[in-house]
Amino acid sequence: MSTVLSIENLRVETDGENPRTLVDGVSLRVDRGESLGVVGESGSGKSLTVLAALGLLPVGTRVTAGRIVLDDRVLVDVEADVWAGERELRALRGRTAAMVFQDPMSSLDPLRAVGAQVASAVRVHAPRLGRRAARERAIELLTSVGVRDAAERAATRPHQWSGGMRQRAMIAMAIAHDPLLLIADEPTTALDVTVQAQVMDLLAEVRERTGSALVLITHDLGLVAENSDRLAVMHHGRVVETGDTRAVLAAPTEDYTRRLMAAMPAEQERAIPAVRTGQADALIAENIVVDYRVSGRKTPVRAVDGVSVRIAAGETVAVVGESGCGKSSLAKAVLGIQPASAGTVIVGGVPVRSELAARTAAERELAQIVFQDPYSALDPRLTVHELVAEPLRIRRVYDRATVATLLADVGLDESYAKRLPGQLSGGQRQRVGIARALALRPRLLVLDEPVSALDVSIQAQVLTLLDTLQREHGLGYLFISHDLGVVRSIADRVIVMQHGRVVEEAPTAQIFSDPQHPFTRQLLAAVPRLDGPRRTARTAAA
Amino acid sequence: MLTFIARRLALAVATVLAVVTIAFVLGRATGEPGALLLPDNATQADVEALNSALGFDRPLLVQYLDTLVGLVTGDFGDSYRLRESALGLVLERVPATIELAFWAFLIGLALALVAALTIQLSGSRVLRAIVGWAGALRQSVPDFFFALLLVLVFSVLLGALPSLGRTSYASLVLPVITLATGQFVMYLRLLDAALSEQAGQDFVRTAIAQGQRRSTVLFTRMLPNAIVPVLGMAGLNLGGLLGGTVVVEVVFAWPGLGKLLTDAVSQRDFPIVQAGLVFVALAFVIVNTAVDVLVRRIDTRTAAA
Repeated sequence: MSTVLSIENLRVETDGENPRTLVDGVSLRVDRGESLGVVGESGSGKSLTVLAALGLLPVGTRVTAGRIVLDDRVLVDVEADVWAGERELRALRGRTAAMVFQDPMSSLDPLRAVGAQVASAVRVHAPRLGRRAARERAIELLTSVGVRDAAERAATRPHQWSGGMRQRAMIAMAIAHDPLLLIADEPTTALDVTVQAQVMDLLAEVRERTGSALVLITHDLGLVAENSDRLAVMHHGRVVETGDTRAVLAAPTEDYTRRLMAAMPAEQERAIPAVRTGQADALIAENIVVDYRVSGRKTPVRAVDGVSVRIAAGETVAVVGESGCGKSSLAKAVLGIQPASAGTVIVGGVPVRSELAARTAAERELAQIVFQDPYSALDPRLTVHELVAEPLRIRRVYDRATVATLLADVGLDESYAKRLPGQLSGGQRQRVGIARALALRPRLLVLDEPVSALDVSIQAQVLTLLDTLQREHGLGYLFISHDLGVVRSIADRVIVMQHGRVVEEAPTAQIFSDPQHPFTRQLLAAVPRLDGPRRTARTAAA
Repeated sequence: MLTFIARRLALAVATVLAVVTIAFVLGRATGEPGALLLPDNATQADVEALNSALGFDRPLLVQYLDTLVGLVTGDFGDSYRLRESALGLVLERVPATIELAFWAFLIGLALALVAALTIQLSGSRVLRAIVGWAGALRQSVPDFFFALLLVLVFSVLLGALPSLGRTSYASLVLPVITLATGQFVMYLRLLDAALSEQAGQDFVRTAIAQGQRRSTVLFTRMLPNAIVPVLGMAGLNLGGLLGGTVVVEVVFAWPGLGKLLTDAVSQRDFPIVQAGLVFVALAFVIVNTAVDVLVRRIDTRTAAA
């Protein structure tokens, strides 16, 4: 038979008296050599479904119905009361089906050399291989996934590897035994877009070699469009639509699929700019230089090297670039969190000192920040009301009505005021973060990847909210992002940074239609699109 | 590594100097020892004569410098009360202290390790609950009372073990059990929490998804990561044990440092206080340096920083 993995009517529930159903009636099939994309937002059950296939469900959840067959072996058949033992599953994990997880930063043991970790993945299913042979095989594998100087780098620990390189090491481990099936759970979500393209190329390339089928779990429709043969769309624990990837995306039959596609950032610039003339510029930053002292090195590391940014009132300027390009350091210099070692910063027409500690309270009010991760940016013990009231209390201008107005501005009614962050969704938390940033009536908002932790449908809502607030208050936005799709739909101008310098600056439309710098072109080409080029890995094994 | 050790040595010197200075200041602030050393019916003139004989009539600075010179030459003077070399008295007690601290520490930590790993391997909530309950029970009993219970059962009722002194290996058993059980409870809590945290780590899931045995993952991945913070705590704790364990020493009449030092403090027997504190401070610094070296071997990221 040519089916590698078949899941029928799978149901996953939480343990306990009142079980919650997390996956319900899900059926999926993966054939030899093919690539199946599983798409859904967080909480759709897409990861649980495949984790169940390898008996890797998190503690507190279990399979309560359905049948799972991997490589003609029945692993679970609830009706027939068949449950594969740990021993049987162990023999399959990593050999028949191997996984590549989302976050390469945390998926490798921080204490062990990367080479040793690859070698131990080799030896699991080849115990008779000696240590030395396993180490040689590990270096071979690392070389095969594009790690240069693998023999030397193998001895170093994960913290000395970049995110993209770590994901290569993860892939090296996954292909150690030429598995029939590779399961990649959001394999590139934590990576830069250019690195994402490299990793997806690599996955296609190794599949060509090994003939492995692929299950690609992601929230990114563009990624699925470019990397899968068939597609399954999941929503609230169910598969709502499945079929040939191209066909589904060309003519989605289900309402939810259509909504998901509509929520993708539009491939067009915003129609009506919100720039206000006659008001002081929200930000004039000139020749900003940021140096970091690194212990053990005499010369400091220069993260930002003479960058100038001007943002008018009501204007959105996006700064894009790969991680480490200096975009976050620039934002920190504007805010004074990481003082610029040279350059001037003028916020809302007021020149401010480079160090936050040296700025007066009135100067600090001018620029506020909205953080990337709404889950860690809010004190879990404060209510929504208190979170928004805090900056007002610090400045002794607190009153209830102001807080209520701020919450109403971001679309949260009275009933949210008494809730704790734990009782809010990601999108609602980010709204609280925005309300808090607006509390002191700043002229400039620094938005540091404000929507990258959110699902696409929520992203769209938050971006709309930001647009509305900008028009209302004439705010200038310094928008830090690695997601060019998001940038296109909200920014008036785009600054592209590389190695601490600006390589291109232009109005948004021009950046996307006529990029000048090779790096800008590379960035744009790496963005997965619904109609992007297809990575095929169809092989003789099919 | 060499610069690291050199830095630690400098820190050790600074620590000892600080300890001696603080002890000197606090000691002088609480009064001169003459009145305490003499019988109740001694006259004021007798007291003053003794104080001046001991050198307390000299200016404070001179006394302090004298103490520092003693520190460098290793001569802390004679005990006021016992008329013997203070350093000799302290060193006489050191083996007993090290013996007790070492075994209590080792047995407590080893048992905690075994228990925590067993809990993880079995995945049994019942086992964790039972061990946790027993631990809470032990911790809710003060050391001296637990020690008396042990004496009652093993010495008085069963007559199996000696209850006093340091005469044979058998006499080690009860004091070591008293201290080790307390250590066990603390380390078990720390290790269990650290291991449970590691169980949820992505790299643990990675290893299991590769087909590694859960036991292998526990020993090669979770344990090294979990042990690092516990070792730091263990260093502080062993240092504390080396400083003497007064309560247990008193109950079992164990000739350790703790009793000697507390007596010396209450009697203003400064030479012994100084010599004892220097030993304790040195032991503390040495143990913690050893722990740091160990941690740096396990976690090379700290070495890079």
